[in-house]
Amino acid sequence: MHTTPATKRLWLPSPLLLFLLPALLLIVVFFVVPIGITGVISLTSLDYRFRWDFVGLANFLALFQDALIPRVLLNTGVYVFTTLLVFHLGLGLVLALLTAALPMRPAVIFRMIWLLPRFTPSVVYILLWRLLLDPTEYGLLNRLRAALGAAPVDLLTQHPWSVIVLVNGLTGASLGLVIFTAAIESIPCDLLRAARVDGATTLQIVWRLILPLLRWPIMFVTTYQTLSLLASFEAILLLTNGGPFYATEVWTLYAYHHAFTFSAFGYGCAMTFVLVLIGCAVSLFSWRIFRFTRQVPTPPIENG
Amino acid sequence: MLGDDDSSTLRRSYHTLLIACLALLSTPIVLMYLWLLLASVNRESLASFLPTGWTLQHWRFLWVATIKPGYPNIWVVTGNSLLFAVAVMVLEVSIALLAGYVLSRWQFRGRLLLLQSTLLLHAFPAITLIIAVFFVLRALHLLNTLAGVMLVKVALELPFALWVMKGFFDGIPWPVEMAALVDGANRFTTWYRILLPQIRPGITALSLFAFLSGWGEYVFLLTFILEKSGWTLSRYVASILGEGEVFVDYGLMTAAGLFYMFPALLLFAVAHKYLIRLPFGVDTP
Repeated sequence: MHTTPATKRLWLPSPLLLFLLPALLLIVVFFVVPIGITGVISLTSLDYRFRWDFVGLANFLALFQDALIPRVLLNTGVYVFTTLLVFHLGLGLVLALLTAALPMRPAVIFRMIWLLPRFTPSVVYILLWRLLLDPTEYGLLNRLRAALGAAPVDLLTQHPWSVIVLVNGLTGASLGLVIFTAAIESIPCDLLRAARVDGATTLQIVWRLILPLLRWPIMFVTTYQTLSLLASFEAILLLTNGGPFYATEVWTLYAYHHAFTFSAFGYGCAMTFVLVLIGCAVSLFSWRIFRFTRQVPTPPIENG
Repeated sequence: MLGDDDSSTLRRSYHTLLIACLALLSTPIVLMYLWLLLASVNRESLASFLPTGWTLQHWRFLWVATIKPGYPNIWVVTGNSLLFAVAVMVLEVSIALLAGYVLSRWQFRGRLLLLQSTLLLHAFPAITLIIAVFFVLRALHLLNTLAGVMLVKVALELPFALWVMKGFFDGIPWPVEMAALVDGANRFTTWYRILLPQIRPGITALSLFAFLSGWGEYVFLLTFILEKSGWTLSRYVASILGEGEVFVDYGLMTAAGLFYMFPALLLFAVAHKYLIRLPFGVDTP
């Protein structure tokens, strides 16, 4: 078959399609279609009977009537904001700066320690915390308190938020650590030496030189982690399951409970659809910011 | 690098100070893992930090048929976990190798759009689609099957995997591929014979990552697997933690947790270099 180059480029040549097909298929079936379905279900009263009755915007209107929503919103806000600020950015930066100032060997050891929770299966990571914070006198924390003469505490019931933020923060800090470390290491040594020769103190170097150079990585971690914190609920599910009395229920967990505990799929989807929209908006926005096309060089070989 | 002082004694004391700071910050993490290990062989499990007597009693789940009536055998559960993780790894890596190559090296209409949507989905919080995916699996009759959850897991990680693989392909110099093509190889042969051997570190890194993420998966398995026969280690350990059923046996909890964590820990210890190289699906501009 003879075609001119112009029409040839209109369609994917067949081997190309074969290479792409599995990926396209999976992404369409489990990404694109579910995004659409979430929208459709949110307009129905779908429940345990699995009947697709359209109710218009009733689910979204019901969100405003739901007495628990203000609480859930506040929980989500506090959770995302504190975890992101204190741990993902704050602790991540501190760890990156501290390890970057060390010789190779100790730096690698400390980075490994901090990456460990990330590669521990999440269920076991939560188990570790449950053992640490066990309310009986057997918990590691209470054992330490007993050594100091203090009475045992049940932190998970008394201060659930602090615990959840800490648990999520320790795994999240490692992402910041890795990204910021890579960015710090790509700063030319000469720049730091020059600053040093000019008489800058370490604090000045960090504040006036390194932090401005880390602007993009910081932006990146902020957008990426905000989205993943908004959506993540695994740790909360395993630690408190939203309790005690909805004290730690966040947006996605509330949606999850509606769908899979109460079989109120319509209402659950209305809730997640809000997040889907936020997710799309933030992704679009960040892709604008991170000047996407610059990262995509055009291949010199055309289809073969 | 930051502590680039001239005087070496000053630098050494500075380093010592930094190491002390980091050690203080890191102690809780190390203690937690150590505590798990010690408690799993301690005869009184949590009753003392240092074991008063040794026992393998907490590890009985490895050789008894079941730890509780109605519970699946640990080796069946481990088999499920292994099957799940390996399948996720093989599928994810091979699909990403195929598509990542096309995205990196071919010029075709819609390439930019495809790349953009991949990147877009990559930051997208996929877990929010869990309710809709439930209905997709139900329609495909894949609910309550490990195969169904595998496909979901692979699909949701694919944007990340594609992007990483595309990055590794981008790093191969063009003349290598040009030379092969000029010598008469077709693009499939070039891909298989010339390019794949060059990105072996990338394949290793993504394989490790995919395996570990499959091994650790919990929420999707919890939601889409309804029968105990399809349990994986994450479900097994979570149930000992008290997922619904009251069942607190600290010794068993620590031993089972350790058993589940061990392969992940081993891989991490052996291959952390590869894993750190993988930018967690993150590209800093």
